[in-house]
Amino acid sequence: MNEFLIVIHRDLTSKDAKPSPEQMQAAIKPFQDWIGGIAAQNKLVTPPKRWESEGRVVGQNNVVTNGPYAEIKESIGGMLTIRASDYDEAVEIAKGCPIIQWGAKVEIRMAVPTE
Amino acid sequence: MEERELLPHLFRTEYRKIVAVLCYLFGIEHIEIAEDIVSDTFLSATESWAIKGLPENPTAWLYTVAKNKTKNYLKRNSLFEQKLAAEIKYNTEKTEEIEIDLSTKNISDSQLAMIFTVCNPVISSESQVALALNLLCGFGIQEIADAYLTNKEVVYKRINRAKEKLKSASIKIEEPTLADINNRLETVLTTVYLLFSEGYYSTSQNTIVRKDLCAEAMRLCYLLIENERTNTPAVNALFALMSFHSSRFEARINENGETILYQDQDETLWNQELINQGRYFLNNASTGNQLSKYHLEAGIAYWHTQKEDSNDKWENILQLYNHLLILEYSPIAALNRTFALAKTNGKKEAIIEAEKLNLKENHFYYSLLGNLYTDIDNKKARAHFETALQLAGSNADKATINRNIERIESSL
Repeated sequence: MNEFLIVIHRDLTSKDAKPSPEQMQAAIKPFQDWIGGIAAQNKLVTPPKRWESEGRVVGQNNVVTNGPYAEIKESIGGMLTIRASDYDEAVEIAKGCPIIQWGAKVEIRMAVPTE
Repeated sequence: MEERELLPHLFRTEYRKIVAVLCYLFGIEHIEIAEDIVSDTFLSATESWAIKGLPENPTAWLYTVAKNKTKNYLKRNSLFEQKLAAEIKYNTEKTEEIEIDLSTKNISDSQLAMIFTVCNPVISSESQVALALNLLCGFGIQEIADAYLTNKEVVYKRINRAKEKLKSASIKIEEPTLADINNRLETVLTTVYLLFSEGYYSTSQNTIVRKDLCAEAMRLCYLLIENERTNTPAVNALFALMSFHSSRFEARINENGETILYQDQDETLWNQELINQGRYFLNNASTGNQLSKYHLEAGIAYWHTQKEDSNDKWENILQLYNHLLILEYSPIAALNRTFALAKTNGKKEAIIEAEKLNLKENHFYYSLLGNLYTDIDNKKARAHFETALQLAGSNADKATINRNIERIESSL
């Protein structure tokens, strides 16, 4: 078994962002069921947390701006880590993320096994 | 209370109290001396009360006799006197006579100290439960053997080994500090819940022993609630959980000691008083910012006290199971979660989720699949139930699975 980072990117900055706040509201139950399903397979390592959508960005010369990045449409909306044997399995699990249908993207990265 | 019932009753309620006080006084090295003195006290009571009749205040009589026997023992046994009495005198700051304090407060303090001693991680949780039954609940070796469906020899060895381990690790029987409580309360709750489960889910046909185990677990938990420092939200949640479970005790076992499944239970047999008690303590548990697994399990148990199937009920149960699994994985929670998912999201989705669980050694897994496939693909359902039958160990489980197979065959 390997550990995988699952990062959900979604548009937090556009005015007509998808998923919209209403869609996010509707996704609460499917999202909980998705995470519960991963946990039921004993494959959840770190559960997702709720993050504020506002943040700070530190740049060169210690310039601090309010985040998330305005110029990028896809900010980090959430992350979790899971156990899976390979990318194929991790991808199958990630496909269950219920907000993909509204334009969210899910990035999957395997942890480099430590020697 | 009838005279002949009084002594066994007092044995049940007072033995453990006096043992706890004497252990607290003597220390872990001399547990057996404490047990001997208390056993001897009850023997004297049997003899004396048979001849002279009941004393006016039987409990006070027992306390006085236990005190005298302890003092005599200390006087008689000079080695013990030198080694131990010096310590006790030092500790109690008494120079002349050792005081044996059987006040309500000291009994409660002693029992609390004993709970934290018995639930020390130097001994296995299995041994903790056996020792708790013996020292904290006054269960005899035979009763413990009955509860565990094993023989006296095994229990005797387990308890003695546990005592030896506590002694060789020089575990002190002392008032738990705030740090002890923070570090070990969780272990204590695990042991209390194990004790309860031993009674609730035991395959033993001895219903009386099973009820006793559950009652004892609740009593120990209540002891923690009564003590200000251990009265945490998690402790209240566990007490609520056990209250909700106990409310179905009469309904879930038939006259032959066999389990009746939840959906087949006669809910008029559910104990409303215990349900209300559970609600009260679940409400008390709803403070602070720590959500323990006992909160979630108590929530699930609460919704099960609502017999009527509603979407609201199963949706709440599903989300509580989701939370529980995120907090701590267990196969049984995974299976129950999938059952709830079938109720809210439909059997088809639940089958897909169930097949991912991969619990191929577990007969409940195949029973769940059998259940989900029933009315969708009855042939598959029967095949799953048959696999479950091969994996099941106890006769009670086999009987339940056979009933399911019969039900399906009548519709095939």
